[in-house]
Amino acid sequence: MPAVSATTPTIRKTALNAVHRKMGAKMVEFNGWDMPVEYPSAGGIIAEHNAVRNGVGIFDVSHMGDIRLQGPDALAAVQHISMNDASRLAIGQAQYSALLYPQGTFVDDVIVHRLGEDDYLLVINAGTREKDFNWVRDNTRQFKCKVENLSDDFTQIAIQGPKGVNLLQKLTDADLSAVKFYWVTRGSVCGLKNILIARTGYTAEDGFEIYVPADEATSATVWNQVLETGKEFGAIPCGLGARNTLRLEGSLSLYGHEISDTINVWEAGLGRFCKMEKPDFIGRAALETAKTAGLKRTLVGLEMIERGIARDGYKVQDDTCREIGYVTSGSYAPFLKKNIALAYVPPEFANVGSTVKVECRSQGVRAQVVSTPFYKRPKKS
Amino acid sequence: MPYPTDFKYTKEHEWIKVDGNSATVGITDHAQEALGDIVFVELPKPGTEITKGKTFGSVESVKAVSDLYAPASGTVAAVNGELATSPEKINKDAHGSWMIKLTLKDPNELNGLLSSADYEKFVAEEGG
Repeated sequence: MPAVSATTPTIRKTALNAVHRKMGAKMVEFNGWDMPVEYPSAGGIIAEHNAVRNGVGIFDVSHMGDIRLQGPDALAAVQHISMNDASRLAIGQAQYSALLYPQGTFVDDVIVHRLGEDDYLLVINAGTREKDFNWVRDNTRQFKCKVENLSDDFTQIAIQGPKGVNLLQKLTDADLSAVKFYWVTRGSVCGLKNILIARTGYTAEDGFEIYVPADEATSATVWNQVLETGKEFGAIPCGLGARNTLRLEGSLSLYGHEISDTINVWEAGLGRFCKMEKPDFIGRAALETAKTAGLKRTLVGLEMIERGIARDGYKVQDDTCREIGYVTSGSYAPFLKKNIALAYVPPEFANVGSTVKVECRSQGVRAQVVSTPFYKRPKKS
Repeated sequence: MPYPTDFKYTKEHEWIKVDGNSATVGITDHAQEALGDIVFVELPKPGTEITKGKTFGSVESVKAVSDLYAPASGTVAAVNGELATSPEKINKDAHGSWMIKLTLKDPNELNGLLSSADYEKFVAEEGG
């Protein structure tokens, strides 16, 4: 049992860092941030994961970044730098999208929110904040729009799970029943006026993300009030550990794992968010070529048949133990109670029902290709 | 959770309880706490020879994979099969959830291991 390494003092902290530590959270370094991985007092990763599936869980996701594009050419700029069709967005609507390199590979995946007539907010990943902002700024210079990095302005709190709506409704004057999934609104939250409320998340569950001012006192007040109000719904604080297993069950991509600067849109299976028929965008030409050339590898879902847990980076082999691909994310799935993984393999191994081996600590463990997402939330009756 | 005084401990966070020529091995409460929810345990088959300081298996939580290091050399006499289906028992009672029983090669090997007081001090110094 090697020692668990201590965190270094130079890394970044969210406004809620002291609150997490006070709650006894186990902290880890994630993409340069000192973040809670789990709250043992809340029951740990499995309990946190299942709270989100069955009730509600609360996450500090302030490490996520935010870029605002505002001005007469804001739509044209967003269209130029992202693969989904932002012209389809009504005011108050959001969409999953991605920023691409000219090669058709990923700068990052993003959620594009249309906040006003010519006003867009891109929510980006923690590990790619500076890279994304510089890239967006450099590639939108020809457009009449202001590009602002608002990453340090917000404490972003995710309230995730089927009871998230009941919880948040107690703290806001906004009518949440009128806010559909992937729509945003503004309202008072915990007495703070004009707070951005988005019905979005990264858990494959219904839920909300609220954007409150990033000062420590306000952030702590909101966090504590959300948890306190959430008690009757069984709300517990959740860390990055549960966030990862939740998104994995939902087959949601994580930058640096399923998507990166060497993986293209088709390989990642994200074609449905890429609108080739919209006006030209960065990466489009390369994607056109790649589509004609055909896939060399594709992302699949694996379920372990034999005993063993596939982990990020483990090799995937065919029946003759020839290396054919690699695992991008793998874990025990706390709600499904199975060992699952996402992996890149050649298309000939991608059919549902195909079997492969995952080299788990020098042992080939059999796994089966299954359809994704592994978990889909039940439709409301 | 108190560390039993009749156990010996390794700096890799295993415990061993000796009874004459045989011994029982598991991981410490500190180890299970550091790992979090344990979901998988890989242990050697009975009859396997293991060597002090070398890995003899692994334990995995949702987040982490850790090797198990043998506190002493010997032959595996028995394996706690219950842990294959209920690995979470280690979280609930690390010092009561034995992993393997060993027939010791040389009981003197245990002299270098930590006492419960030394181990507690070691864990505190490690910042755990």
